[in-house]
Amino acid sequence: MSRYLYYPGCSLSSTARAYSQSLNAILAPLGVEMEEVDDWNCCGATEYVTLSPLRGYALIGRNLALAERQRGGPDTLVAPCSACYVNLVKTDRYVRESPVLREQLNEALAADGLHYTPGAMTVRHLLEVLIDDVGLDEVARHVTRPLHGLRVASYLGCLVSRPDHDGRWSSREQPLELDRLMAALGAEVVDYPLRTACCGGHMTQISPNTGFELIRRLIDGADRLHADLLVTVCPMCQMNVDAYQGEMNRHFRTHYQIPILFFTQLIGLAFGLEPDALGVGTELVSARQALGRIGIEVPPPAEEEPVAAGQAGRPSRKAKRGPELPMPAPREGVR
Amino acid sequence: MASAVRVDNTSTRPGHRFVDEIRAATAGESRIETCIQCGTCSGSCPSAADMDHTPRMLFAMARAGLRGEVLRANTPWMCVSCYFCTVRCPKEIHIPDVMYAIKSIATREGVAPEATAADFSKTFVDNIHRYGRSYEVGLIARHYLRHYPLRLPGIAPMGIGMVTKGRMDFVPHHIRGLTGLKAILAKAGELEAAGREQEASR
Repeated sequence: MSRYLYYPGCSLSSTARAYSQSLNAILAPLGVEMEEVDDWNCCGATEYVTLSPLRGYALIGRNLALAERQRGGPDTLVAPCSACYVNLVKTDRYVRESPVLREQLNEALAADGLHYTPGAMTVRHLLEVLIDDVGLDEVARHVTRPLHGLRVASYLGCLVSRPDHDGRWSSREQPLELDRLMAALGAEVVDYPLRTACCGGHMTQISPNTGFELIRRLIDGADRLHADLLVTVCPMCQMNVDAYQGEMNRHFRTHYQIPILFFTQLIGLAFGLEPDALGVGTELVSARQALGRIGIEVPPPAEEEPVAAGQAGRPSRKAKRGPELPMPAPREGVR
Repeated sequence: MASAVRVDNTSTRPGHRFVDEIRAATAGESRIETCIQCGTCSGSCPSAADMDHTPRMLFAMARAGLRGEVLRANTPWMCVSCYFCTVRCPKEIHIPDVMYAIKSIATREGVAPEATAADFSKTFVDNIHRYGRSYEVGLIARHYLRHYPLRLPGIAPMGIGMVTKGRMDFVPHHIRGLTGLKAILAKAGELEAAGREQEASR
C-alpha cells in the first residue's frame, strides 16, 4: 500500500464529482491510499494571483504548510486537478528560488501559526503517480474488460507537462504518457496532436468567443481523427469541452457530439467496474453511445432526458457521424 | 498594430522604469528585462489573435515605458496561462507571471480594460474570502447575470444539465480555518503594499 497526501481541489466535490468518484474506485485495487489534507482551501486558480500575486501565493502556501504539518510519513502531495497541481508546484518552486518570496510567504503564514519549508512537499499529479509509482504493467494486470475498439484521443491539457520545471515528462508539448496509459487499457489511441493544447480555462467566463474557438479546435481535431471520445486528467478541461460544447456548437452552428471522460473513469471501466460507480453518465455530452459500441452498457438517464429534449434548438444527442445521417455536420465552423 | 501605440508616460516618474515596477510586482523571478524580442511567445500563443498587442509587443512597450498603454491593453487578460510561451522562451521569461503582475497593477489602479475579466477574478476571490473554497454555482450564476444576461437562455440547458447530473452544489463548503486564512491573506496584503512603497521610493 502506497500512501500519499491528497489535495482534491474544489471542482472534485462539484463539477468534477465523477473524477472523485472514479479515482476513489480505482485506487484501492491499485494499492494506493490517499489521505486528504485537513481543511485545505481553494488554490485560487489563476484568479487570485491576477489581483494580488503575493496574496495568491500565500493562499496556495497555506495548503503546502498544512500538508507539511500533517505529513508524518508521506512527503508527496497529490493533486488530481491540473490547475491546482501547477499552482502548488509553482509555489514550492518559487519559494525555493526566491529568498524574498520565501521570507514574505512565511511571514504571512505565521499570522496563523503556519510555516512552509521550501521543498518539504513533492507535488505530483495523480497521473504521475499511476504511471511512475504504480506502473503501466500493474495497471494492465487489473484490466478485465479491455477497451478494444474504443478510439480515444488523449487530451492531457496544458498544465501538466508545462511548465514542468523538473523535466518529469517525456516532452512539454507532445508527451505520450497518457497515450501509453490508454493503450495499456486496450484502447485504440489516435495520435492527437492537440494533446497539450489549451481548453481556454476561464475564457468561457470572461471572453466566451475566445473560449469557444479554443474548444472548437480541440473537438474538431478529435473529430477529424474519428475519435469516439476525448480523455482528460483535468476538471477544467472536462468542464469546458463537455459542458460548453453545446454553447460552442450554437456559436459556430456546428453539431459536434464528442464526449470527454476522465482517465480514471476509463481505467475503472477497463477494470470491469460498473459505469455508474464511476460517474459515467454525468457528462452532458453523453458517452453512452461510444461505450455501447464496445459493449459497455450505460443505463439511460431516467430524469434528465425530458429536460434535455424540451430545450428548443438543442443539438441532437444522436451520433452525427455515419452515412445514414441526412445532413452531415459542416466541418468548418461558420465564422 | 504599431500605429495604435502612442506615448503615454504621464504616470512614470523620471528615472523610474516601468519594467522595474513590473519586476517588483511579480512574485518570484520575472526576467522580463532579458527579452530579446524574438516573438516566439506571440507565435506560440493560442489567444494572440484576440489580443490588442502580442506578448512580444507588450514587452517592448513595457521596456519603452509605455505604462498607460500596457496597463490598458487587453493582452494580459487574454492570456490563458497555458505556458506554451514559457517553455519555448529562449530567455526563460516567466511570461504568465509577468501577465499576472501587469493585471494586478491595472486592477489596483482601476484601468483594467476587461471589466468582465477583472470582475470575474474579484467574484472568485470574494468567494474564497467568504468560504475558503470556490463556489461554482454562485460564481457562474452571478457572473452570467451581470455580464451576459442575453446569453442566459442559451446557457440554461447547460445549467439545468449540471444540476440534474448532480454537478452543482447549492450549499457552499466553509473551511474551519477561515479566520486564520484571512489573517494570512491580510498579512500578505500588507507585505505586498510595503514592497510597493519600497519600490516606489527607490
